[in-house]
Amino acid sequence: MRSASQILSLAFLCAAIVAMGLGGLTTSPAQAGEVPLPNIAKAYKGEQCVEPVDVMRRNHFEFLMHQRDETLREGIRGQKYSLNDCVDCHAVASPDVADGKLRTLKPFCKECHEYAAVSIDCFGCHTGAAVPGIGKQSSLPANHGDKASIAVLEAHLNAERQGGTDQ
Amino acid sequence: MNEKTMSTPETDVDTSRRNLLKGGAAAAVVTLAPGVTLRTVEAAVTGPATSAQRWGMLIDATAPEHLWDLAVEACKAEQGWGPEYNTSGKANPLTDPQWIRKVSVKDPKTGAKATLPVMCQHCAKPPCVDVCPTGASMKRADGIVLVDKHICIGCRYCMMACPYSCRSFVHEDVKNQRPHMPRGKGTVESCTLCVHRVDAGQKPACVEALNNAGSNAIIFGDLNDPNSDISRAVAKHVTQRIRADLDLEPGVHYRGI
Repeated sequence: MRSASQILSLAFLCAAIVAMGLGGLTTSPAQAGEVPLPNIAKAYKGEQCVEPVDVMRRNHFEFLMHQRDETLREGIRGQKYSLNDCVDCHAVASPDVADGKLRTLKPFCKECHEYAAVSIDCFGCHTGAAVPGIGKQSSLPANHGDKASIAVLEAHLNAERQGGTDQ
Repeated sequence: MNEKTMSTPETDVDTSRRNLLKGGAAAAVVTLAPGVTLRTVEAAVTGPATSAQRWGMLIDATAPEHLWDLAVEACKAEQGWGPEYNTSGKANPLTDPQWIRKVSVKDPKTGAKATLPVMCQHCAKPPCVDVCPTGASMKRADGIVLVDKHICIGCRYCMMACPYSCRSFVHEDVKNQRPHMPRGKGTVESCTLCVHRVDAGQKPACVEALNNAGSNAIIFGDLNDPNSDISRAVAKHVTQRIRADLDLEPGVHYRGI
């Protein structure tokens, strides 16, 4: 038979886990003694990645690794996933990198990788720095505060989904 | 990304996104509302490389020597190699990579001289590929020999196997790599025949630099296409390949050595 205090502490734990889940990977303040959650930089431009956010978080490495082999070894170019396109949208300036004069992927990629203790070799060779003229995916300027644009975009997507237009 | 998109079921979002992207040509503009447009720029997918093509070069070794310096500089600028890309900032001539170099040769009996650029010869039977223990050293279907640096372990076996000494090992940390040519310490590299440009329908940087200088000393093209400039030139002139005795069938031909 469990004591009331045990049940209470269990309930508290559950609540804490749910709260963490809701907080997700965004900006929940670090509890004392915890590793701070990653504070991912907002994209430089674009409102929609090539896949939904949860898919990208789960699978981006698979996408990039498969496509790198196809690009390098088979010569297939211009496919959906591209590290240069990551740079195109997600490279942002940060005071940590080149005094904020350079847009790089560091503020975006490194946050989660450090949190998850993932050590990757990509940036030993790929600089992750934005160079004018690379990347082709997104040309929609980022305006993350512009709720109106997003609402219209969502309405468009919903309408398309319901209309079942299969082009 | 806003909350609503994140919480939408994955399949739904996926479908609509696909439809949005499938919708068309190189650049599709969808007008959502007055003043709000969604522009999806999707590059056409090209490739894969096939054996229908065999990329090669014909180098005229009788051309003025200064042109080869131009070719080397063009390569450095395009691919981002040379002392200025060392993190140390210092030149180490014994170990710095050389993707293409100017070589002077002399016949000891007759005294005849020639100066020519030597880079990866893009062999049809590349010994560097034969010896690679990881499969990093590879030949594309269209004959371009490359190093897949993702799986190169830096053993340098290919460098020993190459009869042309055309591969280099990156001994130092490098910086300011070009987006199309990631380079890093501990891997082997060599001339890629500017594969990123070739795939985009352009000529290699060295060839373009010479063309811009008004010279046709290097002709680039498809050796399998009988109507290409290079095929016509190879049919017209007597050409040779360096160390033809090794029977590696390089894609780089020379004349006037």
